[in-house]
Amino acid sequence: MSEARSEASVGNAATFDTHPGADAGVTPESPLQWSRVQGRVTEEGGAAEQIRVVERPFLGHLVLRGGAITLDEAVRAELGVSLPGKPLGLVLDAEGSRSVQWVSPDEWLVIVPAGEEFELENRLRARLGDAHFAIVNVGGGQTLLELSGEKARELLMKSVTYDVHEHGLPVGKAVGTVFAKTSVVLRRPSEERFELVVRRSFADYCVRWLRDAGREYGLRVESASP
Amino acid sequence: MFHIFCPYCQEYREEEEFHPSGQAHLVRPADPASVSDEEWGDYLFFRDNPRGIHHEMWVHRLGCRKFFNITRDTATYEILETYRMGEQPSITAANAEVRREQGVQTADGGWQTVGAQPENSRLNEETPS
Ligand SMILES: [Zn+2]
Repeated sequence: MSEARSEASVGNAATFDTHPGADAGVTPESPLQWSRVQGRVTEEGGAAEQIRVVERPFLGHLVLRGGAITLDEAVRAELGVSLPGKPLGLVLDAEGSRSVQWVSPDEWLVIVPAGEEFELENRLRARLGDAHFAIVNVGGGQTLLELSGEKARELLMKSVTYDVHEHGLPVGKAVGTVFAKTSVVLRRPSEERFELVVRRSFADYCVRWLRDAGREYGLRVESASP
Repeated sequence: MFHIFCPYCQEYREEEEFHPSGQAHLVRPADPASVSDEEWGDYLFFRDNPRGIHHEMWVHRLGCRKFFNITRDTATYEILETYRMGEQPSITAANAEVRREQGVQTADGGWQTVGAQPENSRLNEETPS
């Protein structure tokens, strides 16, 4: 990608592409790079285990702050999904690859496929104009782990204080809570899957916890290629 | 372990997700330059330490990260209600006994007192000590 495309100025904000691609000469490393070096993470695929943990690295994470009505209009226009208005709501687009999550009464987390967040941020900024809002690209600070398998819920029961039973965490709900001794965002995007959004600096800790807690079931941690 | 109703997340969460942040409803003098040293010192350093009803701020630091208020009995540790920033408590030291008997509901339907939580009757049963 060229210089011109990886930086922009929208309104009074300067934005830049945090995923400039291979041409930029920077090789991105996932937050699980150290875990990988230590042999705690394998490539995607392989024998079926009872629990599968897959890292989805380099996704675009944007935090939107502002009034619900203003942001809802912009997000619906640019992303095609409406902002979850109810506390703890999680909304996915038809494809299931873009999501908007309620974080607090004036804060939402948007996760989109790698590379889309730069354009999305610019489009949202242009559309929101002079409205009172903030958009922060937090993709470098956190990563997403997907948990699936029949014992995934049991694993979570040992790891979080939150009630992960169907009535506590139905599909379409996302909560911030305590995981082991750190904080995570725990999401339920579909029947088969849980998601953990973990801080970059705690990613290896979380993986080590998951591997230890999942030993009795059989667990493999994989990282999807970006 | 407290089970605290977050008025923003609108559900009960474990105490581990929260952190207490001191006395609530402190008002900063509008014009600090014109108050006496004593008044300013009072505002900065002196806090109530009542036996009984206390209004205090807590923050849901691992959840929505919002500050809110709790009315708590410092003698029994019982949490009587939780309410958002900017709202006033419905239970105060003056009306505590009456309200405790009636049961109390916060503005958004979040019940937080023994004998007044409708959705889970098990939590309402006081365990004999
Ligand atoms: Zn909360």
